[in-house]
Amino acid sequence: MKSIAELEEIRKRTLEEIGLRKNKNSFRIVVGMATCGIAAGARPVMQAFVEELKKRNLHDVQVTMTGCIGVCRLEPIVEVISPDGSKVTYVEMNPEKAVRVVAEHIVNGRVCRDLTIGEAEGVK
Amino acid sequence: MGVRLMRDISLHLLDILQNSISAKATEITVHIGAIPSQDLLYLKVTDNGVGMEKELLRRVVDPFVTTRKTRPIGLGLPLLKEAAKRSGGDLVITSSKGRGTKVKATFGLTHIDRPPLGNIADTVVVVVTAHPDLELEVSFSNQTASQKLKLAEIRKHLGNVPLNEAEVLNWIKDYLKQSQKAIFGGVLDEVNC
Repeated sequence: MKSIAELEEIRKRTLEEIGLRKNKNSFRIVVGMATCGIAAGARPVMQAFVEELKKRNLHDVQVTMTGCIGVCRLEPIVEVISPDGSKVTYVEMNPEKAVRVVAEHIVNGRVCRDLTIGEAEGVK
Repeated sequence: MGVRLMRDISLHLLDILQNSISAKATEITVHIGAIPSQDLLYLKVTDNGVGMEKELLRRVVDPFVTTRKTRPIGLGLPLLKEAAKRSGGDLVITSSKGRGTKVKATFGLTHIDRPPLGNIADTVVVVVTAHPDLELEVSFSNQTASQKLKLAEIRKHLGNVPLNEAEVLNWIKDYLKQSQKAIFGGVLDEVNC
């Protein structure tokens, strides 16, 4: 069974590490988590983002959730907000696509155009 | 995209938690209990959010009632009510304006149409990731034992380390998985019954 003592260990280990992290302005990932999002698979998508960010040691990217974004038929929907405030909306997401967005968009700064709402809706 | 639905109770729970958070709740208590002697499984969520007026409370399981502005349909609670009723249970919501809301869903434990329990740990971890400051309490019980996780307790041991730190999330996930298994005993996140 998991023990409270482990929490003390985690505290000792991570406090130093947190202090070393630069508090720079970073990306924010917002996952739509209303009924429509949940039913379409938003929970595993959010977990995939968290896992992939952890794997790559990207501690300063914030992952959060929100209610209905408004286009239920394109759920799971994820918004990626850049440090400069610009926003990209990804639609019909799944865990594999989430991993790709982290690698291409968050790490390399290249928007995955084929996954965006503009592409899905044929807006050029 | 295939059929989209709420596959298990843990997804319904995520939906209710999102409702509570939208209602500005800062303290939420979740209790899942199995009572085999009454063939009953229940999910109880209590929050200290803004609550509902009597009028809204009366209509809240109507799919054409919602507080959101994006479109006039809200399926969360109606879907949960249907899922509960399909297995011989029901959904009861009590609320008072300014005090909070209590949602209790009951299911026939051994009913063939009862949704599986699902992965409660995943639901809790997703919520804590997004809302590390939430005062959340999760407990499981059967007729002879119970297990509880109180985030306030964890915070005491963590000092300034936030709850959405990767290692802490992993700890919470493992702890809840083990608790769920210890209390309900089934395989694949199911209740042994």
